[in-house]
Amino acid sequence: MAELLLDSGALVSGEPGDPVIELAGARKTYRSGTIEFEALRGIDLRIGTGEYVAIMGPSGSGKSTLMNIIGCLDVLTEGSYHLAGEDVGELDEVDLAEVRNRRLGFVFQQFHLLPALSAWRNVELPLIYRGIPAHERRERAVAALERVGLGERLDNRPGELSGGQQQRVAVARALVGEPALILADEPTGNLDSVSTEDVLALFDELHEQGRTIVLITHELEVAQRARRIAFVKDGLVQSDEVNPR
Amino acid sequence: MSWAETFRTSWSAVRGHKLRSLLTVLGILIGIAAVILTVGLGLGTQKDVSQQISSLGSNLLIVTPGSSTDSDGLRGGFGTAATLTRSDAEALASSVNTPDVGAVAPEKESSTSVEANDTNWTTTVVGTTVDWLDVRSRSVTSGEFFTQDDDDSGALVAVIGQTTATELFGTTNVVGQSLTIADTSFQIVGVLSSAGSSTDSDLDDIVVVPLTTAANTVSGGLDRNALSTVYIQAASADQLSAAYQESQTLLLNLHGITDADSADFTIDSQDSLVSTATSVYQTLTVLLTGIAALSLLVGGIGVMNIMLVSVTERTREIGLRKALGAPPWAIRRQFLVEAAVLGLAGGLLGAALGIIGAYTLPSALGTSIVISGAAVGGSVAVAIAIGIVFGVYPATRAAKLAPIDALRSE
Repeated sequence: MAELLLDSGALVSGEPGDPVIELAGARKTYRSGTIEFEALRGIDLRIGTGEYVAIMGPSGSGKSTLMNIIGCLDVLTEGSYHLAGEDVGELDEVDLAEVRNRRLGFVFQQFHLLPALSAWRNVELPLIYRGIPAHERRERAVAALERVGLGERLDNRPGELSGGQQQRVAVARALVGEPALILADEPTGNLDSVSTEDVLALFDELHEQGRTIVLITHELEVAQRARRIAFVKDGLVQSDEVNPR
Repeated sequence: MSWAETFRTSWSAVRGHKLRSLLTVLGILIGIAAVILTVGLGLGTQKDVSQQISSLGSNLLIVTPGSSTDSDGLRGGFGTAATLTRSDAEALASSVNTPDVGAVAPEKESSTSVEANDTNWTTTVVGTTVDWLDVRSRSVTSGEFFTQDDDDSGALVAVIGQTTATELFGTTNVVGQSLTIADTSFQIVGVLSSAGSSTDSDLDDIVVVPLTTAANTVSGGLDRNALSTVYIQAASADQLSAAYQESQTLLLNLHGITDADSADFTIDSQDSLVSTATSVYQTLTVLLTGIAALSLLVGGIGVMNIMLVSVTERTREIGLRKALGAPPWAIRRQFLVEAAVLGLAGGLLGAALGIIGAYTLPSALGTSIVISGAAVGGSVAVAIAIGIVFGVYPATRAAKLAPIDALRSE
């Protein structure tokens, strides 16, 4: 499984415009007994390196399913999905875990920090599963936390941090592995307006540094911060336009 | 994920729930301590018993009246003539019939009240011959044993054990004093050196008198020539089985019995006594260890229970770790190591408790407890194994959780 992946350094060095996400004819059908439900009904989506894309849609539109597919947490029923050039449609659970580990950085609505671990211990988690030695993990975790402005909060546990700070720890965790894509699922859904602005400003900065960001949200104000907005409804992409800002 | 990392993660999970981990560990701990102590108690008792039997002397055959064949139980006791007599013992001692027999010590034993001054003490009075001292591997610490002349003449002399001396006179310096057995005054000519006591008999609580004296004075009547035991010492360890054959043949002839199965006496060797006695304790030990092992099983189920709770409680953590790239085997290993840590902690603490028990309990119980390294090492290994075995199911469940569902759980 290791040999099927490129060296992690090569992933972020893709040229601007090289596709990070390529979905073609993506369909996802859920079966519950005899009832079938088509969550995705043929989605074509191409997101290039360095893009900052918001995926919008009301609940039940299929945007969560799309997020699971993009995040390699679930696989397509039909169609193809290439992540950073690699066909992830045929991968088994173990290989998907490795793809998630090396190519994706998640930011969740619920933060999903482990409460027993200090900030930097939370940030180093993805590197543990990559088999990186302890001292290097520490260095990279500290650098990532400094990057999100939490260099002074390395040893605080999540409970000792504000919501905005916790989400910034989560962003640091998403950054630490130098992934091809940062995938944020309603990252501001649990934050007040000040913290929301805080986190969105961070995304802006990351985008300016050339990171590829996909942000899933149902809030227009949040989506407006992205450079491109894809609107999903009834399992299809309704519109996909550059956001003039 | 490296082993060190797995161990660190598991350890912090165990430490994160101190009370719960402690209670789980307690289940294993009690089981392990119980196994170590029951095995130790069994071994200790076996050691006591074989020591007790070997303290009878060396290379011994022990002849007792009555048969103990499998088919018809005990034979020839009540209402029949005595089946083991002084003439049997004399014949056994004769080197013509039994060349492989070294020495013979007949014993005529009775539990009798003995008086000295105003003190009264019930002890074992043994009538025997001068060879007793050698055959039973005993020695005299002060004074002398009685002589062949004393036995021939039925002299009123006695050699007493240290416990008896202390009980009657308050001292062991009693040579020359007199004591009264069955209204007859005996002079004490010697004191036996201590042979130690075991749980059920005190070898130092004894009064030894010449066999003739015992027959005439202490018992008398119809029973006067009956013996309770004849100790036969083989000339050497190699000649033990030959001595057994000769003694059996001789006694069968003397008693006019043709079929060895219907013998009215029983000859045991020390080895057979040891194995008979210890086999009982072995059975008991196995039984008790089995019960203790059951408590380990219960402890193991406790581990499984707590691990299942832990998996349910940490569903989101598992989901997150999977989303961050933990493969199923890493999750499984994390929970297995956690279960093994609980088992190991229980095993080590249980072994410690068992060893403490082994040092403190014997004085309270009056038995020895032998702690074997194998039992301790084995128990700790078993404890870890229990943790792992009972951790497999919860760990597998954790590994199988789908990351999406796990992340969404509240």
